[in-house]
Parts: sequence; structure tokens; C-alpha cells
Amino acid sequence: MSSAFRLNVRFLAFIGIFLAIVANITVNCVIKDWGNTMYHKEKSIQIKNSASALYNNLSVLRIAPRRLTYFTVVHANVVNMVSASWDGLNYSHRQLQSKEPNVATSTSLIMQAAFCVLPFRELLVVSSQKGIQMYESDGSIMVYWHALDTPETPTEQAVFARGISAVSDNYICVGVSSGAVLVFDVPSKGSNITLSEVLEEHKEAITDIASECSGSQECLANLVTADDGGNMCVWKSGEEFQLLNKIPGLDITCSSVKLWKGTVLAGYGTGQIRLYEAVTGILHAEVNAHARWIYSLDIAPFSGLLLSAAEDSFVRVWHLAVTTDTNSVEIAHLHNECVTDTQICGAKFCDGDGYAFAVTGYDLSEIIRYVQS
Amino acid sequence: MSTRTLPLLFINLGGEMLYILDQRLRAQNIPADKAKKVSTVAAWIEEDRKRVMNDIITTMFNKKFLEELFKPQELYSKKALRTVFDRLAHASIMRLNQASMDKLYDLMTMAFKYQVLLCPRPKDILLVSFNHMDAIKDFVKDAPTILGQVDETYQQLIEMYTPLSNGDFQLIRQTLLIFFQDMHIRVSIFLKDKVQNSNGRFVLPTSGPVPRGTQIPGLIRIFSCAGEELTRLQFHNGGNYSSALREGSFEIFGDRVTKLGTNMYSVSRPVETHMSGTSKSSAQHTKVNAAPNPLAKEELNLLARLMGGLEVQKPGSADTGFRVNLFATDEEEEEALISRPDELSYGVINIQATKDQQANAELAKIMEEFTEPGDQSTSGSSKGDDLLAMMDGL
Repeated sequence: MSSAFRLNVRFLAFIGIFLAIVANITVNCVIKDWGNTMYHKEKSIQIKNSASALYNNLSVLRIAPRRLTYFTVVHANVVNMVSASWDGLNYSHRQLQSKEPNVATSTSLIMQAAFCVLPFRELLVVSSQKGIQMYESDGSIMVYWHALDTPETPTEQAVFARGISAVSDNYICVGVSSGAVLVFDVPSKGSNITLSEVLEEHKEAITDIASECSGSQECLANLVTADDGGNMCVWKSGEEFQLLNKIPGLDITCSSVKLWKGTVLAGYGTGQIRLYEAVTGILHAEVNAHARWIYSLDIAPFSGLLLSAAEDSFVRVWHLAVTTDTNSVEIAHLHNECVTDTQICGAKFCDGDGYAFAVTGYDLSEIIRYVQS
Repeated sequence: MSTRTLPLLFINLGGEMLYILDQRLRAQNIPADKAKKVSTVAAWIEEDRKRVMNDIITTMFNKKFLEELFKPQELYSKKALRTVFDRLAHASIMRLNQASMDKLYDLMTMAFKYQVLLCPRPKDILLVSFNHMDAIKDFVKDAPTILGQVDETYQQLIEMYTPLSNGDFQLIRQTLLIFFQDMHIRVSIFLKDKVQNSNGRFVLPTSGPVPRGTQIPGLIRIFSCAGEELTRLQFHNGGNYSSALREGSFEIFGDRVTKLGTNMYSVSRPVETHMSGTSKSSAQHTKVNAAPNPLAKEELNLLARLMGGLEVQKPGSADTGFRVNLFATDEEEEEALISRPDELSYGVINIQATKDQQANAELAKIMEEFTEPGDQSTSGSSKGDDLLAMMDGL
């Protein structure tokens, strides 16, 4: 063979190998990216303080008539509120402080701030070491204050309120470190809010509370409460709340809980997500979802998208399918977002379809937003 | 939040302080061949280093002091805690200038912040504390009385913390993280080891072993109503995780497994902090709880009780005390003091300035012994000595 021919062969071989490598890389990238093209990052919202490392540290309220979304993020003894217009042009900020009986005592740290949506009104509930404050949803006026029984000298067991949810048409439930759940009766307007009942089933500090089926929907169970030991109670609201079921924990904190189509969605300190049938306690699914403590779960009720976020820097999006007549539950993984070098403490969908979601992290002074591509 | 946080904060910060002081004292050690005087001078320095460490550790583990510390209480403010450590650092013949004290405190707090953040499980903070305790025990292994105090503290820690649940530890961790919030001082040893970014934030790897009790993410299991597994699905977790390491020991002796809380300094790795670049980011964060009173009344009372238990060495005659510099040269130290951004100054409490102190006899006693911050900067009095002049010249 002539030397030129040999050179050509070598050249072709080289090209061949090169193309094979490129194809391999492309295939890998494509497969890797397949899990990452569902959402893309949008412009972040700057907040006045960084987020504190607290469970469920982000609350979102969508106000469609005014084309606004409110966000709240807790920093120590302050709630940072941002009102963002949908066109992305206007942002206004407000800060709410925890109520302190007198200046001489140490500051009261806030454990959680959450919007509660009831048929005729929306309130912002702030739970702290000293008690529970309820504001109009724009944070302009405080309409109610409930003081916790704080002892004169501090005890080994910390005292605080944590876990907030609107339930049915006229209740707001807030958990307490003793394990009690306070049920407040909320009128359609005005400040005549009263403590209607105290539910005492849990023995450990309440971590999170969730509900579904407000308004016209009728549900067997419409409230779930979770505690530090991973124990969960399922309730039916009413003049007297009815305990329907207890789901025992395995001594692992359930830090975030949601209720959807009769299914309890629970996130744990071990990084697992478990799906239970609320009324029977049957375990439908178990996901080894995160490598560290889960801090937040959220569900987009119209599409069945589930959002989970943890200290491991990951936010994951899943799809849930619940068929009530066959009693079957399916969960599939859809998407990952890694917020580099951040322990995430809050993640919420910004709308009922899960078209967009927002994320907060410890020591971060911004709310990061993601939107479907 | 958690009323059981203070002992852990104090012991871990104290441990870091001892690591740094030990390193600086060794670094300021005069090599025998360099000493102009007789070689006994070098020996004296070694003696003094041990004496300084013993004095500080004795004060740290003072029985009355620890009794107060272990009582259930809210965490102190940064100012109050800094005052306690100022007092502690001067519990021996060693003297630190304002700038060196500031730098020492920055290093201590950033190191512990790093350890708290990186703990795989909240419970591991106790293992970190035991790592510090183990090292402290090693510092005083030749002094039986102090060793006894340290052993007793181990017992107290085990008694108080081993019965706590994971949820309790997470609350402690969250309380500590609020204390360390917004601190992004860059530490050169962290930057070199690539555990801290140039913006001051720590690197949180998405690889490595998962914590004990956690599974590697990736598995979805679906069950039937009867409890049998119906399907198994895998998903891509985006990280590079491996199985958990073995469990560390929560007893007085034992392998803690985690490296967090062990001594990362050595004589050849000097510690530096960078102040520039941090002022820009911290300026944006308005500290809302900057009350007009420098210290809440409640905190002041607590502090008085706590400090009452701390025995203080009288800042004695110039020839027995000696100055330690956390910077490479005196000029750097002075420069650091001048150029320190306002929002990063700790505002060490001058108890005399508050109005409601005269009723408290203990506080009055503390007032006498408490060196005003102003006095420390006039270090000229201690420079007269030959030995000190030699050290300053290094």
C-alpha cells in the first residue's frame, strides 16, 4: 500500500474514534440533562435579611386579581415580606417583628410564618417563642395575638409555636412545642378570633401541620399533624375535631407534611419521603429522596407535582398519581435542581399547577425562582 | 430556641480558641539557636506556654462557672459571649491586643460555624464536642487536678446530651445556626483547603458518605395495601454518594470517627483572616435587633452570675505577663485594628457604662477586675522587658 493510502486510513480511523468519543459525550450529556430541562432558573428576588435554618421557611401567596405574589422568609426574630408583581417590574418589602412583651427580656425568635387561605379572607400567621401573631395577608395590621405559657425561668424543654395551617372554612391550627395543637376559630372578617379547642394527642414538639379540602369539597380526613418523633395524627375538623388515625413514627423527625387526595406526604430527617393513606395508615410508597435532613415539602394540587428540598442542597420535583378507587399511589422522579453550597430551608410552588417554584436557603439573602421551560 | 445550646457553644468555641493559642504560642517560641541569652530562656517559654494553656483550661472548667453554664437558658448575644471569651483569654499571664482578640474570635467562630454546618447529622455536634474535649484532655494530661475537672465535664455532657432525640439536636443546631448567621469571614486555612469559597461561604459537597441512618438517594419503592413491595424504581440523584461510615463513640473514650472538631492548625500553617471583601456583603444586612441598650437587663444578670464564677488573674506586673500577637507582625496588628469594618466590630461590653449595676455586689467585684478595653491598647508598659522586646522583634 502506498504511504498516502496508509495515512488516509490512519486519518479516517482517528476521525472515527473522535466522532465516537463526541457521540458518547453527547449521549451522556443528553441523558444527564434530560432530568434537568424541565425547569430553568429565573431572576432571583433579593430580600432584606438572609433566611434562618428553620423547617418550611418560605410561604407564598398568589393574589391573581392584583397580579401579585407575596413571599415571606423568616430571619431570627423578623419576617421578611416581599410583594412581587407578575411582570417582574415592581417589588416592595416589609418587615414584621415578633411581638415582645417588654424590651428587657431577650428577643423572641420566630419559628415559622405562613399564609392561611380561608374562603373569605387570607391571614399571615407568625409563630414564635412567645406566641402566635395573626396579620392581614399584606402584613399591614395585626388582628390577633395569642400568648404561650412561657415559664419564668427557662426549662430544659424549649417553648415555642411551630406548624401552621388553615383548615376547612374557618379554622387555623397552630402547633406547640409541648405537642398540643391549638385550634383557632376565625370569623369571615374582623378580629374576633377565638381559641376554640386544644388537641392533645402528640407527646413531642409539633413540626408541621397540613390540610386539604376546604370549601365545598367533602373529605373523610382534612388535617394531618406531625411531630419531632415522626408520629402523625389524622383528623376531621368540626366544632370538635375528631381523631381518625395515628401513624406511629420511628423516632425520626417528620419535618414537613402535606395532605393530598387522602394521602399523607411526609418528609423525614433521614432524607426519606413516605406516602401513607391517611385514614388507614397504609404505607404506599417510600423514597430514598435526599442525602440529608428534609426541610420542606410542597404539593401543586392541580397537577400532582411534589416538591422536596433538603440540607443536601437539592430540590427535587416528583409526580404523584393517586387513584382513589383502586387505592393505588404512584410516584415518579422528574427533575433535580442543585443550589450550590446551600442548605435549603424552604421550597414552595408559586401556583396550583406547579408551573413555577421558589427556594430559600440558610444564609442566603435571595429567593431563587424556577419556571417550567 | 433550644435552652441547651450554651454549653456546646462554649466548649466548642473554647476548644478552637485553645487550638489557635497553642499554635500561636508555639509559633512565637524562640528557637534555641536564635536566642541571644542562655538556652534557659527557650525552656522558660515552653514552661509559659504550658502554664498559659493550663490556666485557661482551669478557668474554662471552673466548677461554679460550668454549673451556671449548664443551666437551661437561651443563648447569649454575640456581644455577651465575646465578653466571656475576652475574660477567658486573659485568665492567664498572656495578653492580647484588641486586634488580636478580634482575630482570635473570628477564627474561633468561623471554625465552629463550619463544623456545625458540615455535621452530617445534628447529633454529630456532640461528637465534634467530644473531639474538642479529647484534645483539651491531651493539653492537660500532665496536670491531674485539671484532668479531674475535664473528666467531670465529660460526665456532665454525657448526662445532658446522650438522652436527647434527633429532633432535639436539630433544634440545638438551628439555634447555633441563627447565632452564626451572616458570618462570612474568610479564613486562609479554609480557603487553601478549598472548604471555603472566596465569597466566604462554605463548600457543601454533594458527594461522600451519607449520614448514619440515611440511605443513598435513588430508590423508590411502591407497596401494595398488604405491604408487599410491588415496584422498584431508580432515579438519578445528581450527586456522588457512598454508604455511611461507622458510628462514632458517644462515651468518654472512643473513636469519634468524624474529623470535625479536631485540631487543623499546626505551627507551619499560620492562621490569617481576610477582612476585605466581607464588609460589602455584610453592609447590606441590617441587623434589626440592634437595640438601643447594648445589653438586655436579663442578659446582664446572667453574665454577672457567670463571670462571678470566672476567677481572673490580676493583670500583674509587666515582667510576668507577656503579649501574644495573632498577626505576623505588630504593624499588621495595628493596621488590622484601624481598618476593621465597623459592622464587624464586636463592641465588647464595658459594664461600667450601664446604669443598673451598683446593686449587684458581684458585678461591682467584676468591675474592679475587668480591664477596660482602653487599657489594653496601651501595651507600651509591657514592652520594657528584654524578653518581650525579643519576641516583638520576631
